[in-house]
Amino acid sequence: MSVLEVQDLTVEYVSDERSVRGADRVSFSIEQGEILGLAGESGCGKSTCANAIMRLLKEPARITGGSIRFDGHDVLDMDAARLRQWRWREVAMVFQSAMSSLNPVMRIGDQLVDTLRAHERISRADAWRRAGELLAMVRIDADRLRAYPHQLSGGQRQRVVIAMACALRPRLLILDEPTTALDVVVQQEILQQIRELQRELDFAVLFITHDMSLMLELSDRIGIMVAGRIVELAPAATIRDDARHPYTRALMGAFPPISGPRTRLSGLAEGVRFTDVPDLVEVAPGHLVAPGGAPIQEEAA
Amino acid sequence: MRFILRRIGFYLLAFWVSITLNFLLPRLMPGDPVTRMLSRSQQRLEPQQIEALQQMLGVNGGPWWQEYPDYLRRVLTGDFGVSISRFPTPVTEVIAQQLPWTLLLGGVSLVIAVVLGNLLGILAAWRRGGLLDSVAPPLLVFIGSFPYFWLAMGALYLFGVMLGWAPLRHAFSVGLTPSWDPTFIGDVAAHLVLPALSIVLVSIGGWMLGMRNTMIATNAEDYILMAEAKGLSPSRIMLRYGARNALLPSVTSIGMSIGFIVGGALLTEVVFAYPGVGYQLLAAVQGLDYPLMQGLFLTITAAVLLANLLVDLVYVRLDPRVRVA
Ligand SMILES: Nc1ncnc2c1ncn2[C@@H]1O[C@H](COP(=O)(O)OP(=O)(O)OP(=O)(O)O)[C@@H](O)[C@H]1O
Ligand SMILES: [Mg+2]
Repeated sequence: MSVLEVQDLTVEYVSDERSVRGADRVSFSIEQGEILGLAGESGCGKSTCANAIMRLLKEPARITGGSIRFDGHDVLDMDAARLRQWRWREVAMVFQSAMSSLNPVMRIGDQLVDTLRAHERISRADAWRRAGELLAMVRIDADRLRAYPHQLSGGQRQRVVIAMACALRPRLLILDEPTTALDVVVQQEILQQIRELQRELDFAVLFITHDMSLMLELSDRIGIMVAGRIVELAPAATIRDDARHPYTRALMGAFPPISGPRTRLSGLAEGVRFTDVPDLVEVAPGHLVAPGGAPIQEEAA
Repeated sequence: MRFILRRIGFYLLAFWVSITLNFLLPRLMPGDPVTRMLSRSQQRLEPQQIEALQQMLGVNGGPWWQEYPDYLRRVLTGDFGVSISRFPTPVTEVIAQQLPWTLLLGGVSLVIAVVLGNLLGILAAWRRGGLLDSVAPPLLVFIGSFPYFWLAMGALYLFGVMLGWAPLRHAFSVGLTPSWDPTFIGDVAAHLVLPALSIVLVSIGGWMLGMRNTMIATNAEDYILMAEAKGLSPSRIMLRYGARNALLPSVTSIGMSIGFIVGGALLTEVVFAYPGVGYQLLAAVQGLDYPLMQGLFLTITAAVLLANLLVDLVYVRLDPRVRVA
């Protein structure tokens, strides 16, 4: 059974003037130990999907359709207490803004400890020791437990958040652009660590980025999103060598950057115009594509 | 540590400047300050009083470089001369009699207003748009917008005169002598209720709204979302992650308020005839008691600076980010 199954997930941002579909009938699943990549340009709805999975969406966002199942349990049906237990224990997340997701007035050790103690009956001393081990795991010296977030570099902070996300050995780890703000060297280092951790702890990963080369490097399967919809979903190698949807091909740089596709891409951010992307069709085993990619091009032109 | 030393240095400098201004101002007036003051004063002054005035102002006719060090020495040793309106009590003694009452009244009402106001603000922001959030802010702002004088008089009339629940004036009943025995303390508390309540009522709205607004901004921070994702309990997120951060700006305003306590709640003390610094300041101005005024001003200045220093010390403890600055 899949760890996570998302079916026709639809999220709307409702405001007085108009409502925007942040995610539109999104469907995918992630298997135990698998890394699923989610790629697409800025504003296409990647973070919306990630937050919806953890039920973290805030006003004015509303989940208006679809289902999210974790291990067969309906996530949308959980009450507040159940949700609190389930979060982080089963699904942890490194936010897009990982650098600012640490409480500035608490030592990072205390923040790790309070994560552990929210879910396990464990003494402060033991939790503190575990926190030290977690830091060591992401190659930060255990004596940095006493540091405050502002005393760490951006990369270190990001690693602390990753350590925190692994603290309870969740079944699924959501990484929302975990390295965007970092330079290439640190980025590689952190991704290397994530890969090692994933091999060791065997969790599934939902990896979100708009950097296609990173995505191809890390993911087993890749979904491509456009304006809230997934237009193609296939194994990484297929996406690289045999992408069918014109948008995917543009994203992969298969097309030379001539003026045509460029203008088309820049028009995609407006979610409303593309609510009629058709449902995916299986063109080969495990390779799903939204049919009629070419007409989209004409529509937008 | 460097930060704290720098702050202390800054406050010492500020204090020196205010003393010096105090020294300079009478001298910048045209003519002889003592004669001017005397001509405006309605009372007849004894020769000793005139001498006291000259002493206090440091105008014995000597050049300023001789008078200034002398003046500094006297101020720093707490010698502000002799009060004119309450001759021959030394100014320091007059202030020492009034200050405790002002500190009691100001302290009690500030603590209540700050604690209650901040708590209400935290809760209102947490349940944004809920019952508390929709009812309390407009109500408190409404009350706070009354002229304070009117509100205090109204409260005094209603609870003091008509219902007879609260004493009408002063800090304790006539005939009692200050001591630590329970009857006296009870009596003081009874006299404190109405004035303190009136201050709390008009100031609590500001604290609540301030806290509510910072708390709402804080609740949108990424670390709050992260805390929620971590599955922490709502009360822990609200207090340790939310309120703990939202408190920082209000610490600064608490510092300002502590400093101004010492100046006395002038209107409150006048309406309730509470024997505090504010009441005394009014009397000093009316009686043209310059030595007392000067003593009070310097005490207030010192208190404001000291309170701000204390707040700096507390702030350093509360916000790790300023420790390196
Ligand atoms: N609070 C909000 N109110 C209204 N619309 C929103 C809100 N948050 C997001 N949106 C809209 O939802 C869409 C998807 O946003 P989302 O944050 O999921 O994009 P993303 O794919 O994560 O982009 P990025 O790569 O820039 O992080 C965007 O078009 C955005 O305008
Ligand atoms: Mg995003």
